[in-house]
Amino acid sequence: MSKILVIAEHLGGKLNPSTARAVSAAAAVKPEAIDVLVLADAVDAIAAEAAKIEGVSRVLTIVRAENAHPLAAVLAPQIAKAAAGYSHVFVPSTTFGKDVAPRVAALLGVAQVSDVMSVESAHTFKRPIYAGNAIVTVEANSAHTVVATIRTASWPAAASGANSAPVEALNVDVALPSHTRFIELQQGKSDRPDLQSASKVVSGGRGVGSKENFEIIYKFADKIGAAVGASRAAVDAGYVPNELQVGQTGKIIAPELYVAVGISGAIQHLTGIKDAGTIVAINKDGEAPIFEIADIGLVGDLFKILPELDSAIG
Amino acid sequence: MKILVGYKRVVDYNVRIQVKPDGTGVVTDGVKLSANPFDDIALEEALRLREKGVATEVVVVAIGPADLTAHLRNGLAMGANRAIHVVTDAAVQPLTAARVFQRLVEKEQPGLVITGKQAIDDDANQTGQMLATLWDRPQATFASKVDISVESGADGKATVTREVDAGLEVIEVELPAVITTDLRLNEPRFIKLPDIMKAKAKPIDTIEFASLGIEANDHLKTTHYAAPPKRSRGVMVKDATELVAALKQKGLL
Repeated sequence: MSKILVIAEHLGGKLNPSTARAVSAAAAVKPEAIDVLVLADAVDAIAAEAAKIEGVSRVLTIVRAENAHPLAAVLAPQIAKAAAGYSHVFVPSTTFGKDVAPRVAALLGVAQVSDVMSVESAHTFKRPIYAGNAIVTVEANSAHTVVATIRTASWPAAASGANSAPVEALNVDVALPSHTRFIELQQGKSDRPDLQSASKVVSGGRGVGSKENFEIIYKFADKIGAAVGASRAAVDAGYVPNELQVGQTGKIIAPELYVAVGISGAIQHLTGIKDAGTIVAINKDGEAPIFEIADIGLVGDLFKILPELDSAIG
Repeated sequence: MKILVGYKRVVDYNVRIQVKPDGTGVVTDGVKLSANPFDDIALEEALRLREKGVATEVVVVAIGPADLTAHLRNGLAMGANRAIHVVTDAAVQPLTAARVFQRLVEKEQPGLVITGKQAIDDDANQTGQMLATLWDRPQATFASKVDISVESGADGKATVTREVDAGLEVIEVELPAVITTDLRLNEPRFIKLPDIMKAKAKPIDTIEFASLGIEANDHLKTTHYAAPPKRSRGVMVKDATELVAALKQKGLL
């Protein structure tokens, strides 16, 4: 039987929703236990949130001052130690998981399965390659621990609230390196929903034209309670910061509603949104590739259409 | 300081990938191959560090079949001093690639290894991190800005800005270290014709994979390839009012 260790992602004392998505993937393996490991300098609030996630057997915590920031070189030796006795280690395939998971795999001397989108059996998974233009079925060696990152857009967040898993402190005796130091995190402050987990997202592209013009995107997003995203072209042009980028090299998201405004639809962008429930495209070019995959398309000038939408919604 | 650059050859990013009808792979016959775009960025960064006087030598490394020579020549034409070609016909997975790099690192003693954050064929995003681990050195992944300071006599450090989901994270790593590149780190230069001629005189060392004594027994087995499910074209609406009505009907507004 399988036993799965899910590594919690968190920031500012809050559990990231990507963790509950990784728990969903773990549940698909039908294991005898799913334990969530929280590494932080202060774990209580994060562990309490993790304990509520349905399907979680235990929450394990490692409290160390060195765990104040998610440095892969510092976390990986602790995770590798904690992984003893587990058949699988799952980490969300976010920048956090992509950074730390290969380090864990290398310490354990095993291959890693990146971006698991479906679980076929305990050791067989589907994952995308070539920017999602092909899906491969891969078999991991059942004699080894499976280290995998979980493609969050492919998995719903496991329900939260009904569970109250026990929280246990874990003592791992391992020396940590001091060669890597956190300096700072520059974050845009925003009261809007989180792009990665929002149910509605409005994204702007090069067609928006400037940083100032992007206000119209923020305004419309606020009107419908959506998170704001952007195409790579808009980020490269400096209209918005990098954390808003949606696409192959930015965030891969699966909101219920995705509104692409002034985005032509480069393959790299489409890769990031193909799991969205409903895709709406607003673009002045009726031939834009975004219309090939949009559920609802509207051709026209975004600067005219967005205010009209605003008043039509009421 | 010497810099090793991971320089993988992949199917060109403009090629429309097609899965073979029998599900045994993707079509690669007659398809254009190019340097992994993230590795081009890695090479560019290494060249800029050499131009700034931080690095003295830039070595491009590729693992693959005998016909990789032309690909490595491109890296030399772009400006690398020399190339190392680890020759194998087998497909190489990230942990094995990291073990190969580890052997080269032991031999070459670089101050920095720079490689793309992922290759655009298998999209694994693992090799740089795995190498850093096997080497027991720091990693700075998804770099969008790199500053190196080397004090005389000391090993130096890199201050790296990383593109993470929450924003931009700045970390400091002691050298030697592994850096993996993100798209906004730089724009790679174009190769000029005279440089292609000059590159012909630059050395390419070939090393047989088998001679490295690396066991590759930890592999994932790929059993099937499939085309992704397609989203189909939906409906067009004529104005904002119709769009709002359609979204309300779906319960999205």
